[in-house]
Amino acid sequence: MIKVENLTKRYAGFTAIKDLSFEVGKGEIVGFLGPNGAGKSTTMRILSTYMPATSGRVSIAGYDVFTQSMEARRHIGYMPENVPLYTEMRVNEYLSYRASLKEITGSRKKERIADVKELCALRDVENRIIGTLSKGYRQRVGLADALLHSPDLLILDEPTAGLDPNQIRQVRDLIRNLGKHHTILLSTHILPEVEMTCNRVIIINKGKIEAADTPENLVQQMRAAGGIRLEAKPGCPKEEAVAQLTALKGIKEVSTGEEEDGWLHFTLRTDAGSDPREEIWRLATDRRWTVRELSRRRATLEDVFVELTHGDEI
Amino acid sequence: MLKFLTLVGREIRSYFCSATAYIVLCFFLLLTGFNFYIDISLLSRHATEITVVEVFFNSIAFWIGFILIFPPITMRSFSEEFKLGTIEMLMTAPVRDWQVVLAKFCGAVFFYIVLWLPSFLYFVFFERITQAQAAHASGAYISTYLLLLLVGMFFISIGCFTSVLTQNQIVAAVMSFCVITIFFFGGLLAYFMPNISPMLREIVGYFSTLEHMGEFTKGIIDSRRLVFYGTATFFMLVLTHQFLQYRRWKV
Repeated sequence: MIKVENLTKRYAGFTAIKDLSFEVGKGEIVGFLGPNGAGKSTTMRILSTYMPATSGRVSIAGYDVFTQSMEARRHIGYMPENVPLYTEMRVNEYLSYRASLKEITGSRKKERIADVKELCALRDVENRIIGTLSKGYRQRVGLADALLHSPDLLILDEPTAGLDPNQIRQVRDLIRNLGKHHTILLSTHILPEVEMTCNRVIIINKGKIEAADTPENLVQQMRAAGGIRLEAKPGCPKEEAVAQLTALKGIKEVSTGEEEDGWLHFTLRTDAGSDPREEIWRLATDRRWTVRELSRRRATLEDVFVELTHGDEI
Repeated sequence: MLKFLTLVGREIRSYFCSATAYIVLCFFLLLTGFNFYIDISLLSRHATEITVVEVFFNSIAFWIGFILIFPPITMRSFSEEFKLGTIEMLMTAPVRDWQVVLAKFCGAVFFYIVLWLPSFLYFVFFERITQAQAAHASGAYISTYLLLLLVGMFFISIGCFTSVLTQNQIVAAVMSFCVITIFFFGGLLAYFMPNISPMLREIVGYFSTLEHMGEFTKGIIDSRRLVFYGTATFFMLVLTHQFLQYRRWKV
């Protein structure tokens, strides 16, 4: 559905995205993650045909977004960040206006407007002026607009930004439902969101793709190279304890936290595939450390995100 | 075509949904009404060959009010879309850039025509009440209003252009006011400097809206003027279109 090849966008003085390539298949729900300024919105703007790229190619449903822009637009439902709308219009007027722009006419127009209002639960506010609506409703109007021409592909730039937890849940359910009939590319900062809704995740940082896989696989890899938490009273200086732990097989790095009533917190990074908890326990019993916690931390997508975009320890 | 009409429809609706439109309408009606009253009282002092139409459309008070109306009409057109971000929604719908530019222009021209409609009543009432002619011939009305429309279209296209340059409506309004004023008073150069060479005078005359109005209120339709305002408007709209594309390019 989406095919991006070597996409680059340079603004005066800096490169927003560098040589981006990825594909999204029909029916997939893909989460597009990255820190602020990573180039998510830029990429989405190029995909939605709003902005031309400096170099590279993007085709949507087989149409090039630059040379066959009009065709591509007929296949895309785009909801930009912050959902810009004409605030002086009523919901019905706005949807009718957008439907006409999207070449939906006659009885089909009535039908489609009724459908999207139903789908996005806009019946109660259909005659309200958009400027008086809450953020949640505006978001839904934006989504209804994106759905009007029943596009094959939905591009949603932060669809849950600024919503309260209930609204986030509603939007999430809506997106999951939409995923049955549409291909969806969405960007968000709320990572549990992505774990729950997306089949695949693309993480970008500084304009480059850092990882692209299913959320499960990404977390799996992270878990394999995960962390171990140890809380103990070693009975020896901190540095000595750290040195002894680091000497164990399968341990990459050891860091310590604050000391609390003599209890020391250790965070251990392990090599992929190894689980040195047994060795740690043996070391602790040999040296007569008092241990009150020895556990393996479950990695989440958040860890993957932080690891990939900051390179900090998990 | 339907899409284009939809776009124009929204432009017109957005004019009449905002207070600016009514303020401009009121201001303009007050000004032209007052102006008309002054002109009539001046003319009624003694017998003269000059018609009401000629006096009304050639007084400097009329022109100062006239150039003031364009910035508020056009300042919103693109600036607001950029400011609100709605331009992104607009340009990702299957509409072409030139359709958007033309629709914004036509919406503004429509509002401009609405602005002028009541003024026609002045002359109707004048002729009813005084049983006198306001112009030499009815053709003078046609030529005068034709030129008003053409000049208006040109000034509106300047306003559209300055509006596409910035997302700040005030900046857009100030820029269009400056450009229109420079153009207008540039045409008056011959009045300010009586000693300029005849060739320069002729060149300046070619751009002088005030001189054109002098001819047209007499009922003379000079095709050079039609071509001038037509091409100037077209040129400004092409520039607007180019800058719209350029702004999307650099965002």
